[in-house]
Amino acid sequence: MSHAAPLAVVNYSEDWWIQILKAIVIFLVVLQIVPLVLLVERKLLGRFQSRYGPNRVGKFGLLQPLADVLKLLSKEQATPNTAVPWMMAIAPVISIFTATATLAIIPFGDVGSWGDHFGLYGIDVSIGILYAFAFGALAFYGLMLGGWASGSKYSFLGSMRSAAQLISYEIALGLSLLGVVIQAGSLSLTEIVDAQRDYWFVISQFVGFLIFTVAGFAETNRPPFDLPEAETELVSGYNTEFGGMRFGSFFMAEYINMIVISGIAATMFLGGWHGPGPAALDPLWMLLKIAGFLVFFIWVRATLPRLRYDQLMSFGWKVLLPLATLNVLVTAIVVVVS
Amino acid sequence: MTEQTGANGAPPQGGIDPLAVPYRQREQSITLERMDRPDEPVYGTELEPETELFTVNMGPHHPATHGVLRLLLTLEGEVVRSCTPLIGYVHTGIEKSCEDQSYWKVIPFVERMDYLSYYFNAMAFCTAVERLLEEEVPPRAQYLRVIHLELNRIASHLFWLGTSALDLGAISFLWYCLRERDKVLDLFEMSSGQRMHPRYFQVGGVIEDIPPGWERKVREFIAYLPSRLDEYEAILDRNEIVLRRLKGVAIVDRETVKGLGVTGPLLRAAGEPWDLRKAMPYSSYDHFDFKIPVGTVGDHYDRYRVRMAEMRESLKIVEQALDGLPEGPYITQNRKVALPPRHELATSMEALIHHFKLVTEGFRVPPSETYAAIEAPRGELGCFVVADGSAKPARVHMRDPSFVNLQLLPHMAQGSLVADLIASIAMLDPILGGIDR
Repeated sequence: MSHAAPLAVVNYSEDWWIQILKAIVIFLVVLQIVPLVLLVERKLLGRFQSRYGPNRVGKFGLLQPLADVLKLLSKEQATPNTAVPWMMAIAPVISIFTATATLAIIPFGDVGSWGDHFGLYGIDVSIGILYAFAFGALAFYGLMLGGWASGSKYSFLGSMRSAAQLISYEIALGLSLLGVVIQAGSLSLTEIVDAQRDYWFVISQFVGFLIFTVAGFAETNRPPFDLPEAETELVSGYNTEFGGMRFGSFFMAEYINMIVISGIAATMFLGGWHGPGPAALDPLWMLLKIAGFLVFFIWVRATLPRLRYDQLMSFGWKVLLPLATLNVLVTAIVVVVS
Repeated sequence: MTEQTGANGAPPQGGIDPLAVPYRQREQSITLERMDRPDEPVYGTELEPETELFTVNMGPHHPATHGVLRLLLTLEGEVVRSCTPLIGYVHTGIEKSCEDQSYWKVIPFVERMDYLSYYFNAMAFCTAVERLLEEEVPPRAQYLRVIHLELNRIASHLFWLGTSALDLGAISFLWYCLRERDKVLDLFEMSSGQRMHPRYFQVGGVIEDIPPGWERKVREFIAYLPSRLDEYEAILDRNEIVLRRLKGVAIVDRETVKGLGVTGPLLRAAGEPWDLRKAMPYSSYDHFDFKIPVGTVGDHYDRYRVRMAEMRESLKIVEQALDGLPEGPYITQNRKVALPPRHELATSMEALIHHFKLVTEGFRVPPSETYAAIEAPRGELGCFVVADGSAKPARVHMRDPSFVNLQLLPHMAQGSLVADLIASIAMLDPILGGIDR
């Protein structure tokens, strides 16, 4: 070999300080996105609903999320008599931990985007997308424990719903991505993005994209699949009894999950960091795609009513799952034949 | 008593003459035909003896119970096995308070019972007192009343639409409907000085003539609302989730609904074309050409469509009433009942005496009792007044439609899912202020 490939291409070769730096940067960036999404959601919802949205705290209401967090931080942690206190305490931690852990694998740029010695992602694990599913499956313990440990009937119903919902939509979610994996021939997210150099997989895997989007809504408990916290039915579902920053953690976990799902969608279907312009703009493109998906999340919330529990389940098992399986089969046959 | 009871056991028509033509020939109903005919609910399992049931107290503080309704639910998983509504959390003793007020002071009290259809409450009470006094209401006042009643019906139905969509999870809808409702409230503010609880209806007429320019504003609203209703129907009627949440859900058959005494849109959605505006026309309702929307299946979708169609019919009535608005006095000329015009007080001794007597004591009503029923947005709103000859009523009782209609809830909820129970409450459209009074 005349010139060696950059070491970062072969994983785990970056300096230790770069890895720590990346972890901090990713964590900080995403945690800064969360209040922004919060504000954008409230502003956009306001506009969708012919009102203004928050505009009192700071210029254009920009400080509203800060005020919300301050309010939550200063709240008392109320625990019902029937609750299991230590479980109530760790449930939000599980939720937020699993949500942030998934962030590590989302690539914001390749090796070479900003330098030849590191890639703009936390880690490029060889199991790639399976890592995301592992933490996605763990996330449900947060909701389940939180709801069950609250000792409230609404929370209990909410956690039951979330358990059933997450399990049934996890499968469709996984199968919808399998087509992409087959086409790219790799589980690694960076390699999947690389495989989209010519065209985005949203074109060849359009059905998979649709299924992923629908299942993604269910996975993040966003309307029209927000049954675990259906406000008008279960008051607030699994987080009814949570107050203060414990509730805030659940809330943040939901928004981080939204960012993660948007990130995965952008990575798997929308060409990841690819976009016109120099390589230095790669993370910007990625963030833009994520932002676009987040706006779609908000738009759907403003438009659609909620499904009923049995309809949600039958839709997941009877429509999405067969469709996703069929999609995988067709993709596999096409890939093998061509 | 020959014509007093109609084909479906109509309540006796106290006070007014029985109408010559039977109701069946007078009712003009439009049946909302449906292509789909859902037979059976798609959910619900057989109750197994070993299954664990658990009890939930839904409410009184629950975001979807439209106030402080409390439901004692027995759930099997998510399926409702029994549902008992418990009421009384906003009992304010309005009926008792009315006994301590002179007749004209009762009006603001009754307006606050069903706080979304205040004009109807005032109308029921005023109609009852007018019958006791045998007081004629001038035609202009009758038309003005009709205009306000129908606008109020639209406002009430708009609020129902918004909250129902909210209960189904479509959060934006509430604001759209409130935006339109605000336009109605603007009209009320212009004509009667208040957006809610205006005390506009008086015994013998209305308190003031409509201001100049009001008619134009109402016409603008009549021209504006149908396009909005079209938009709402476009967003709801073509939404698969909405249709799945509404169609074939909580079907209660016509006989059960009738047997429970349920009236209003709920009864009409079940296929019974019963509307007091047609059955026992009051306040010149027989002058107007309008239809009664009637459902065919009796599910939530019919309940939704009947109310949507009713709003359009109400617009028609308002338009006709504006077109045919007669000239003349807006309140009865009987100075023993209605206040004299302000300018007369400076010149006429008689007027001053009447004014003084009416304001200090009020008018006296001869000993008698009556029941006056009108068609409110939620059904038959009746007012029972007993007079003992003094200036204060001996008893005022309201037959509030929300209260009677609430009986339907256990029938709707039986065997349905919790989410459908919420939809049922929304479609029931109960106003707890009216239920508890």
